[in-house]
Amino acid sequence: MRAEPPGAQHEWLDAAAGPVVRPYTLTGGRVRPAVDGFDLVAFVLAGAGADPSGQSGLQPEHRRLVELARRPVAVADLAADLDLAVGVVRVLLGDLLTRGLVSVHEPPAAGIPDNDILKAVVSGLRAL
Amino acid sequence: MDYVRSDRGSSEPRLPLALKILIAGGFGAGKTTLVSALSEVRPLQTEEVLTGAGVGTDDLSGVETKSTTTVAMDFGRITINEDLQVYLFGTPGQDRFWFLWDELAFGALGAVVLADTRRLADCFPSIDYFEQRGVPFVVGVNCFDGSRRFGIEAVRQALDIDPDVPVVLCDARDRQSAKLVLISLVEHVARQRGEPVPVA
Repeated sequence: MRAEPPGAQHEWLDAAAGPVVRPYTLTGGRVRPAVDGFDLVAFVLAGAGADPSGQSGLQPEHRRLVELARRPVAVADLAADLDLAVGVVRVLLGDLLTRGLVSVHEPPAAGIPDNDILKAVVSGLRAL
Repeated sequence: MDYVRSDRGSSEPRLPLALKILIAGGFGAGKTTLVSALSEVRPLQTEEVLTGAGVGTDDLSGVETKSTTTVAMDFGRITINEDLQVYLFGTPGQDRFWFLWDELAFGALGAVVLADTRRLADCFPSIDYFEQRGVPFVVGVNCFDGSRRFGIEAVRQALDIDPDVPVVLCDARDRQSAKLVLISLVEHVARQRGEPVPVA
């Protein structure tokens, strides 16, 4: 129990910031995933026979992530689909990864894609 | 981390390659509008969490009691083919969210900096950021109704950018116009790696 409000207003907390939230309740207060990675455009794929239902300690959100990842799906799309902050989704995905329920496929770390890919992007954009 | 690649010959689903393009620029320069014009899906929103305790420190004890807020990032998607997708990420507008840009910029193909000639200086921080990080970018001059029309050269001079950086006029609301900005970016990226400009 606090006797007084917590300190000075944080500089982030102004009209442009979102509401003050406690998004990490879902992760039991953990703000870092068990493993690093999970780029916004990394693809997540559930294992062929992944069945989260029998696993204890998983939230409904974990199970939804596995269901959504039956087909390859990007981390950013998962966060939008679940309407959860990316940081929260990363923690949940870390749990699933350590249990072997999903695999994560990071995009190539650096370097410009080869010319065939750039060509395909240009022609795909022209067709829009 | 599991880096297992899909075996194209098996029944495993094929994993597409996703390219990231950042859409930057000052507040109100038309970032969300451009993402909406190009995205095949309604622009989605994702949120990144800001915590007072979590930044730059490993001591996270008691972090759940700290004030936390979120910042929304708009993103959209363009499917080029079944193996290739382009994700457009609108960058958070406020300067204090710069640290989120590092994550967005990591591995990005390049960036579009949208400029509003009524408030040209608003896009300076974005240009500085991409120049310093070596992220290829183009400047899209968003021609709003009623905004003064400047010549491309006048804008280039005012922005003091490298002569190689493309500056293109655009209407961020118009898909055909917006796609030309992205095409100029991809061509710019191809030129930077010393390859001939891809001809579609």
